[in-house]
Amino acid sequence: MDREENKVDVIVVGGGPAGISCAVTIARAGKQVVLIERGKFSGSKNVFGGAIYAQPTREVFPDFEKTAPIERKTVEHKYALLGKDDATVISYKKKHEDPVSYSVIRGKFDRWMAEEAAKEGVVLVEETVVRELIVKDGCVIGVKTELEDYYCDIVVLADGVNSLLAKQIGLRGDLKPEDVALSVKEVIKLSPEIINERFHVNSDEGCIYEIFGGPMLGMLGLGFMYTNKESVSIGLGITLSELVEKGLRPYELLDKMKEHPEIAPLIKDGELIEYSAHLIPEGGFKKVPILFGAGVMVCGDAAMFVNNLHWEGTNLAMISGKLAGETAVIALGKGDFSEHALSRYQQELEESFIMKDLRTYKDLMSGIGERAPEFLGYYPQKINSFFEMFTSVDSIPKRKKYRDFIKLFFTERKISELFKDIWSAIKLLWSILVK
Amino acid sequence: MSDIEDKLYTVKYTPDTTSHLQPVQECCRICKSKICTVICPAKVYEWDENNGKLIVNFENCLECGACRIACESSSLGWEYPRGNKGVTFKQG
Repeated sequence: MDREENKVDVIVVGGGPAGISCAVTIARAGKQVVLIERGKFSGSKNVFGGAIYAQPTREVFPDFEKTAPIERKTVEHKYALLGKDDATVISYKKKHEDPVSYSVIRGKFDRWMAEEAAKEGVVLVEETVVRELIVKDGCVIGVKTELEDYYCDIVVLADGVNSLLAKQIGLRGDLKPEDVALSVKEVIKLSPEIINERFHVNSDEGCIYEIFGGPMLGMLGLGFMYTNKESVSIGLGITLSELVEKGLRPYELLDKMKEHPEIAPLIKDGELIEYSAHLIPEGGFKKVPILFGAGVMVCGDAAMFVNNLHWEGTNLAMISGKLAGETAVIALGKGDFSEHALSRYQQELEESFIMKDLRTYKDLMSGIGERAPEFLGYYPQKINSFFEMFTSVDSIPKRKKYRDFIKLFFTERKISELFKDIWSAIKLLWSILVK
Repeated sequence: MSDIEDKLYTVKYTPDTTSHLQPVQECCRICKSKICTVICPAKVYEWDENNGKLIVNFENCLECGACRIACESSSLGWEYPRGNKGVTFKQG
């Protein structure tokens, strides 16, 4: 194929939130952009908890709430600490006039976003895998698919957590098991009435569960539950290195979590309609790859843009995609696709919440990971045992019970462990709040 | 408790005729952990003790990529299935 015939301004690889946001930004500026998606449709290879966030989504699709396939608007966040057979649940409920997040199903929502982008001029190419980037004189000038080669001025890599393409051109090395969490999820069909009743919500309202402990007690892993219109998504994500070291099967952990007395009644008699799995990039700031090069930028999961504490990912994807798109438009205007020209993308990221938040939590995973048995095991269990003590009525004087409870902190483990925990917590807080 | 076969039964696949996962059997034979047979969320990998060979049920793959990262010898050949093949998540 003639090179000029197959040339466009920009090729975006990956039709998820990052790629779509990038492509639509470029199309709106009147530039030619091709969005290549390997699945049958956008969203068909994507999995998340999950909920999308209203404000960042509006930055790309201002009126999305009117027509996008939304499941439920989030009105409640529940934090459940699961012990072996008990649980402490903290709940925050607010019916925002302006919702913060909505549960969505990626096969529907990403597909809708891609179709909207196509209406605005993005050329959407589905069922096509980019196998390789074409590099000439150190500059990315196109992509090789199974069928043919396509040329362009800029390639944007939004090809997801595994980003084989960023690796191919040396923007990043191989991922390590501690850099990713393996997530497994089940979507369980229940009638809307049952969901409303069990989760105490009205029909358009939803609830998010963040689940600590249970089968993942003491491990760097968390469970989740989201209410959809006619189903509940339940799953967990656990750092791959934990699974490797402990030799655990992820779906068996999920089965155990589903059997916990706090969780089981919520999904009782539901029918499993789909099982799925996906990796979550959890390496954080320290594992962010090189984000740009001559003729290339990296965004979304491919760039490790996940804020794991706040369960944010799609918003970082959308905004990073938008910023990459804006930089591409400026570069096209100047006809300069050099590394220097595209460094604007990095500057914009640095000024946005994306790099600021990643920097804030740069020590979070390593800090908690080092003391996961304590922070995600011992102390969550202590919270449950506090409430067990507090609610027990057994003719033992209360002062004795309090003193026995406190005494255990000093006697059941080496006292040095307690000091290590305090020191780690201070270090972690300092890194988050100060530097 | 539904076992993994029941879970995978709910997933829509368009299987390819050839595998997108290519283990290097010599590496697998000397691999101690054979960790792919444990951590894979779709039980794609099984160790065939009799033939000293890693069996790859690639048609069950959910394309997460965990095996590639966990592979002890980093020898697993892993690529995406062809464009119209592999898993299609409807509820992701």
